[in-house]
Amino acid sequence: MTQAKQPIIQIRNVSKRFGKVTAVDNISLDILAGEFFVLLGPSGCGKTTLLRMIAGFEMPTEGQIFIDGQDMSLVPPNKRPVNMVFQSYAVFPHMNVTDNVGYGLRIAGVSKGEIRDRVAEALELVKLGGFEDRMPDQMSGGQRQRVALARSLVMRPKVLLLDEPLSALDAKLRAQMQFELADLQDKVGITFVTVTHDQDEALSMASRVAVINKGEVAQLAPPADLYEYPANRFVADFVGSVNIFEGKLTLDEPDKAAVDCPGLGKIYLNHGVTGPHGADVWVALRPEKIYLHVPGEGKAVRAAAQDAPDGHNLARGTIKGMSYLGDITLYEIQLDGGQMIRVSRPNLSRHDQEDFTWDDKVSMHWRADSPVVLLS
Amino acid sequence: MSGALQDWKSQKKPFAAVVTAPVFWLALFFVAPMAIVWLYSFGQNAGPADIEISGTLDNYKRATEWLYVSIFLKSFAVAGLTTLLCLIIGFPVAMAITFAAPKWRPWLLLGIMLPFWTNLLIRTYALMALMGTNGYMNKGLAGLWEGASWLRTLVGMQPLDAWTPVQLLYNNFAVVLGLVYVHLPFMVLPLYSALDRLDKSLIEASLDLGAGHLKTFMQIVVPLAAPGIVAGVMITLIPALGAYLTPDLMGGTDSQMIANVIERQFKRANDWPFGAALSFLLIYAMFILIAFQSMRSNKVKAA
Repeated sequence: MTQAKQPIIQIRNVSKRFGKVTAVDNISLDILAGEFFVLLGPSGCGKTTLLRMIAGFEMPTEGQIFIDGQDMSLVPPNKRPVNMVFQSYAVFPHMNVTDNVGYGLRIAGVSKGEIRDRVAEALELVKLGGFEDRMPDQMSGGQRQRVALARSLVMRPKVLLLDEPLSALDAKLRAQMQFELADLQDKVGITFVTVTHDQDEALSMASRVAVINKGEVAQLAPPADLYEYPANRFVADFVGSVNIFEGKLTLDEPDKAAVDCPGLGKIYLNHGVTGPHGADVWVALRPEKIYLHVPGEGKAVRAAAQDAPDGHNLARGTIKGMSYLGDITLYEIQLDGGQMIRVSRPNLSRHDQEDFTWDDKVSMHWRADSPVVLLS
Repeated sequence: MSGALQDWKSQKKPFAAVVTAPVFWLALFFVAPMAIVWLYSFGQNAGPADIEISGTLDNYKRATEWLYVSIFLKSFAVAGLTTLLCLIIGFPVAMAITFAAPKWRPWLLLGIMLPFWTNLLIRTYALMALMGTNGYMNKGLAGLWEGASWLRTLVGMQPLDAWTPVQLLYNNFAVVLGLVYVHLPFMVLPLYSALDRLDKSLIEASLDLGAGHLKTFMQIVVPLAAPGIVAGVMITLIPALGAYLTPDLMGGTDSQMIANVIERQFKRANDWPFGAALSFLLIYAMFILIAFQSMRSNKVKAA
C-alpha cells in the first residue's frame, strides 16, 4: 500500500437543492487516493445525490467538487476521470459481455487489439472468463454486476463509484462480494467510493466511512472508530445496535467522568469526556458490552470488574424477551427503573442459552471503558 | 376464472362460450364480405347491377397497366415519406415526453391523443382552412412579407412586389403534410412506450463511459427503442398506404393515391370487379409488409 495519501476527491461546501428540498447540505470532505470510502446513511439522506454529483449526473447548487485537483463544475459526466457501477447495473441489454465491457474503449477510439486484451484482462479480474459471448439476459444478477464492474474498471478510472453495489444480491452472495470488492480494490489500487445504507457493508469494506444524515456528515471515521467512538446519537444508533440513556454529567476530569442516568443508574468512565459540567448528556452502551450475572458466579464476575467505585456501572432488571440467534442470545431486560435495555450474550458453550429464562431477575454490569458519553 | 381461460384446452365449454360470439361476428361481418369481394375480383360486369363471377384474371391483368402500377408506386412513396417524416418529428416528441417531469407527462400525452377524439373530416377541413390561399398560414406569410418590404423602404430600398398567396393546398405537399398530421400520434405513442420502458441508467452509463449525447443516442437509445420504431413504422405506413380522405380533400389532380382510384371504381366507374382486384392487391402488399416485420421480430427473438 502506498503511504502517500493525497486527496483524489475534494468536496467543498457542496449543497444540492431540488426545489424546496435540500438533499445535500453544505458538505465538505476529502476522499484520499487509494482508499475504500463509504457513504453510509438511511435512504433519502443525500448520499446517492452526493455520489451522482461526483459522477456529474447532478450539478451542485452550491460549492465545488475537485477530482485530482481539477474543478469539475463545468465538466460533463463523459469527460470525468471517474466511472460508476449503477445500482441497477445498467448493463446494455443489446450487447454481449465483450461488447458491454469494451463499450467505453470503443468510444474512446482505442485500437481493436488493445480493446481485446484489456477486456480479457478485466473479465479475468472479475472472474467472468468464459462468459465473453453471453447476453445479459442469460446471466444472473451477480454476474451482471461483475459485467458492470469490469466495464468500469477497464476504463482505468481514477475513482470508481459504486451505488448500492450489493443491495440486489442475496445474503450469501452479498457476504462473498463484500470480500471480493475489498480484494479487488486492493488489487487494482483504484479509489472506490461506495454508497450504502447497510452498516455491515460499510464496516466490512471501508477504510473510512462518512455517515450522512439529512444531507450532512454526521461523522467521518474508520469503521472501528465509528462503532466504538460514535460522535452523536444518530451515529451510535445507526451503526450497530445500542442502548441510549439520558443523564447529567456530574464529574468530568481528565482521567474519569461520571454520569447520573435516572433510567439506568450511576455511570462511571475511566476517561474524561470534556463536556460542560451538569449538562444533559446521553450515554450509549452496546448490548455486547453488558455482562449478565449468572446466579452463583455473580460475585466472581463482579470481583473481576473492580474498575468503578461501588454502586456504579451496575443495574438490575427482569428478562422480558429473549431471542436465540445461534451464536448469541439477545435479551430484552426491563430495568427496575422501568426502561428497557438490550443485552447480547455469546453462547460460548452449548448450554449457555439455558442459563436464563423469561421473568428471571438478573443483575448486570459493564466496564468503565464501555459507555460512550454523547453530547448531541 | 382466468385459470379457466388459460387452460382452454382442458376447459372447452367455457372457452367455447366466450369465443363463439366474436368468431361468429368476424365470420359474418368480416370474412364473408371480404370473400365476396375477393370473388368479385375474378368476375366481370354483366349488367348495371349484376356481376358474373367467371374466374377471369382480366382485372388483375388490367391492374398491371402502368397507369395503375405508377399509382401504386406513388402511394408507396407518399406513405413512405409520410412515415419517415413522422419518425423524424415523432422521435424528439416521444423523447421530450419521456424525459418531461412526471406531472407534465399525462398532459403531454393527452395533447398527442386529443386529435383522435375529433372527427378526421373536421380535422382535415380545419387544416385546409389553415392552409387555404386566404388561410392563416398565408396571412402570416403575407404579414412577414409586408414587414420585410417595410424594412426595405426604411433603408431606402425599393419595396417588394405585392404579396401573391402561396398555393399550399391541392398538391402533393398538402397530401404529405395532411398525412403526417393525421398519423403522427400513431408514431409517437409506440415510440413513447418503448422509450418509457428504457432504463434511464443505461443512458447515464453510456455517458459515464465517455460517450457523448449523439453516440449515446445512436448506440443505446435507438437500438433499444427498435421495437417501438418498427411498431410505429408499421402502424403509420399501413394506414397511410390506404389513405383516402386526405388525398381526396387536400390533393390535386395529380396526387390521387390508390385508395382514391379504388373508390372511383366502386362508385363513378361502377366497375366493382376491377375495384375488388385493386383492393386485394393493396391488401396483399400490406400482408407482405406485416410478414416481413414478424419474420424480423422472430429473428430478433431467436438471436
